[in-house]
Amino acid sequence: MSVKLNTRQVGDVSVVDVAGRITLGEGSSAMRDAMRELVSKNQKKILLNLGEVSYIDSSGIGELVSGFTTVTNSGGQLKLLNLNKRVKDLLQITKLYTVFDVHEDEASAIRSFA
Amino acid sequence: MRDNEHRVTQTLDSRLESVDSAEQIAVGAAQRAGFEDDDLMKIGMAVREGMVNAVVHGNRYNDKKKVRLSVAHDAEHLQVTIADEGDGFDFEHLPDPLAPENLMATSGRGIFLIRSFMDEFRMRHLDPAGTEVTLVKYLVSK
Repeated sequence: MSVKLNTRQVGDVSVVDVAGRITLGEGSSAMRDAMRELVSKNQKKILLNLGEVSYIDSSGIGELVSGFTTVTNSGGQLKLLNLNKRVKDLLQITKLYTVFDVHEDEASAIRSFA
Repeated sequence: MRDNEHRVTQTLDSRLESVDSAEQIAVGAAQRAGFEDDDLMKIGMAVREGMVNAVVHGNRYNDKKKVRLSVAHDAEHLQVTIADEGDGFDFEHLPDPLAPENLMATSGRGIFLIRSFMDEFRMRHLDPAGTEVTLVKYLVSK
C-alpha cells in the first residue's frame, strides 16, 4: 500500500498519522476515506500528522483541500502537523499554506483546537 | 538536442502504473544527466503530473489508447515529451489555480505545478488527435 494511516484520539482530537505517498489512486483515496469516516462519526477536531509523508502530488493536495472544506462545513476544524520541506513548499507554491493552520509540535497543535 | 544526447522512448498503457513507470524513467535519466536531489524531485513531480493528465484526462484510462513518453538528455538539459491520444482540450484558457475563486478547488493544479517546477513547458494539439506536452529542465536553471 502506498500510504498508511493510523487514527488515534488525544482527548477530543482525532490525530491521523499519515505515512507514505499521497498520490492519485490508492494514496489519495485512503486519505479521503479516512477524513470522511471521521466526519461521519461527528469528529470535529482533526489533526493530520504528515510527518511521514514522503510524497504528495496535486491529487493529494486536492484531497487535503477537500477534507478541509468538508470538515469546516460540518462545523469542525482540520489542522496540519509536521510538514516536511517538500509538502510545505507545495502548499506555499499553491498559496494554500496560509489556508491551513500548520503546526510543528503535536502538543501545541492539540491545544490550539478551540 | 545535440551531440551526446541520450534518449529513451516508451509507449505506455493508460493506467496509473504508467505514471510510476514514467517517473522512474525520467528521474533515472535526470540522475544520469547530473541533476541534484531538489531538481530530481521537481522533475519527478512534473512528469507525474503530465502523465496523470495524459492517462486520466486525455486517454481517460482507455486501454485502447496509449501514452508516448520520450525522455532525452544532453550535457545541458533534460527534455520530456508526453503525448496522449485523447480528444484534446483548450489549454489556452486554463483556470488560474491561484485565483481566489479557485484556491479551494480540489483539482486543477497539475499544469501549474509543472510550470513551477520546470524551466520550459509547451503544449500542442496533435493531428488527428491528442495532446503533447514538452517539459524541459536545464542543468543550470534559468
